[in-house]
Amino acid sequence: MKTSNLPFHERVDTAFQDDFLQESLKKAQEKFRTGKANTYKPLGDPERWRKRAEEIRKHTIDNLDYYLDILANNIEKRGGKVFFAKTAAEASQYVTDLARSKAVKTVVKSKSMISEEIHLNQALEKLGADVIETDLGEYIIQLAGETPSHIIVPAIHKNRKQIAELLSKVAGKELPDDPPGLYQFARKVLREKFLQADLGISGCNFAVAETGSLLLVTNEGNGRFTTTFPKAHVIMMGMERIVPRWKDLDTLITLLPRAATGQKITTYLTAISGPRSENDIDGPEELHFVIVDNGRLNAVGSKYQEILHCIRCGACLNICPVYRHIGGHAYGSVYSGPIGAVLSPVISGFDDWSELPYASSLCGACTDACPVRIPLHEMLVDLRHDQIEQKLSPVTERMAFKMFGKMTATPKYYTTGLKAGKTMLNLFSSREGIEGGVGKLKNWTNERTFPSPAPQSFRSWWKSRKKNNDVKEV
Amino acid sequence: MNVSLFITCVSDLFYPNVGKSVVGLLEHQGAGVDFPEEQTCCGQPAFNTGYYDETRTAAKHLIKVFENSEYIVSPSGSCVSMVRHFYPKLFEDDANWQSRVKSLGERIYEFSEFMIKVLKVTSLDATFPGVATYHQSCHMSRGIGVIDEPLQLLKMVNGLELKDLPYKEDCCGFGGTFAVKMHEISEKMVAEKAQHIQSTGAQYLVGSDMACLMNIGGYMHRHKMPVCVYHVAELLYEGVTKSENKQSTVS
Repeated sequence: MKTSNLPFHERVDTAFQDDFLQESLKKAQEKFRTGKANTYKPLGDPERWRKRAEEIRKHTIDNLDYYLDILANNIEKRGGKVFFAKTAAEASQYVTDLARSKAVKTVVKSKSMISEEIHLNQALEKLGADVIETDLGEYIIQLAGETPSHIIVPAIHKNRKQIAELLSKVAGKELPDDPPGLYQFARKVLREKFLQADLGISGCNFAVAETGSLLLVTNEGNGRFTTTFPKAHVIMMGMERIVPRWKDLDTLITLLPRAATGQKITTYLTAISGPRSENDIDGPEELHFVIVDNGRLNAVGSKYQEILHCIRCGACLNICPVYRHIGGHAYGSVYSGPIGAVLSPVISGFDDWSELPYASSLCGACTDACPVRIPLHEMLVDLRHDQIEQKLSPVTERMAFKMFGKMTATPKYYTTGLKAGKTMLNLFSSREGIEGGVGKLKNWTNERTFPSPAPQSFRSWWKSRKKNNDVKEV
Repeated sequence: MNVSLFITCVSDLFYPNVGKSVVGLLEHQGAGVDFPEEQTCCGQPAFNTGYYDETRTAAKHLIKVFENSEYIVSPSGSCVSMVRHFYPKLFEDDANWQSRVKSLGERIYEFSEFMIKVLKVTSLDATFPGVATYHQSCHMSRGIGVIDEPLQLLKMVNGLELKDLPYKEDCCGFGGTFAVKMHEISEKMVAEKAQHIQSTGAQYLVGSDMACLMNIGGYMHRHKMPVCVYHVAELLYEGVTKSENKQSTVS
């Protein structure tokens, strides 16, 4: 899941220095925000839809074992195979074993975040297989040797000049940086690969338990090629990506594209139930569902269970002001934005993700944007709390807040504390306020004036006012 | 009607004029105002950083201090959101405190909310010539859903022209300890907000949370952007005072 070994602040700095990224994120958010608002409008009361979607997700995750059982039975009934992978390694192993047993040479993939999470491509490449991402954005970042910087727009950080350079390398000649020409070129390359491929790997937007079906939500048509041409199809599925019935899917599929890209519906909705049957004219001979836990069960029964309600629309990334400024790579996880800041530490601990819960101003825009009402910003605070419980926060900070607690409960200490604070701040004050200082104060005054304490606090003004009034009344 | 003022730590120490204005306006509306002097802080700085035990300590004190108050008014949407929304969460496993927490949440109001919803103010004799724009603050708008009330009050002021702030729902980048822990990101956010404010051409930036205004105002001051910062209550009170002075000159 980890995408960088650089420290968080260096990753953020890299993003700040990338002018194209800054401009591109701003434009994308603008477009998605407007699109989302416009496509939500005809729904009438969006809150009712969100609440219904939340209910469906809650019911499903509350009964996850039950529905996974139904799903697995129904997949098998239709001739598909099911593998439950506890870890990333187990999931990778299953797919590589399968590829090895079939002497697979070419693998085509449609977009799958979970395969990014478990670094599946690298595992398959080790076998000597040619692995090709066929979602255009994923293809571009694969050529660049990078990871997605957005859940649904993986190459949002790449401009057309960079894309032309990457595709030129494939072409073996310089391609002009005009988008239609580049599309055509990529299309031609990818068509060839679809025809050659002996294994197709797709993600899973939803698995419908009642029929054991896969639902893919795509815009480019590559999903259909991937799942139809090769002889074997592997579906990589996070264990929470399940809906009980088609009826429930109706609600979620109404919200997903609206929340994601501001579309009422995507170009393709592909439902696949089982491998090719006798009467089918196409489709894979084998169909494998790899259902991955990889830490998700940590969330079940915990205060973070609702994070499994996520339908990976990216709406929280599309509204988050922090994401807008630092982009996806700064998060250092394949899952970026508010969802990534919660999901990454919940499923794999704080070792690599200790800063992420603090990378939020807690403005709550993510929670408001979430189509299934996950209280993302509240979870971020809980994750901060967990780090304190695990004594991962700095000792000085813990001491400071201990003192803060005592002060707030004892007015005498509080007033003394305020006075001491005032004396300290006055040391740095000029008529204009505070422009320098040390430590955390310096972090503030780097770009902002900090106010000098008022000569007379409100409480002392009140005291003198009361005194005067009492005198008057006497 | 008796109203207790919860001043908040930021206004107490840095912006006493906000408190004075709230007192002035509430008294102007005929309410009796008291200030329980034992009050401290709602605990939000600790809460947002993840220190729940310390926040509970602060919360219990605040609950006790205002236990007998009929109404509590505070010039901060963020602190009210803390009490109304997050105190119940902090005490969800503590049956002894739950009802006291609930009762405080029902009696505490943000200033503009109180003026409109409880005092039912529909007009004010206030004059404040100039062009202003309003920053709606995240915890105030998303946390307690108070968005229109301050605008309704500002619209009652003679001579005040209100410019709509583009991207008004965007955070200013304050976020409590976020502003210093992740100051590089916070700086980018406040720079963007300041630019949006400047684009309105407003002379005054009005808001309902001094912490946000301290952040935005601090940035604009450093970068010599000529915008004056006001809490809604300050602007209204200055407007009321101006009107009164004018009338007394006429008479």
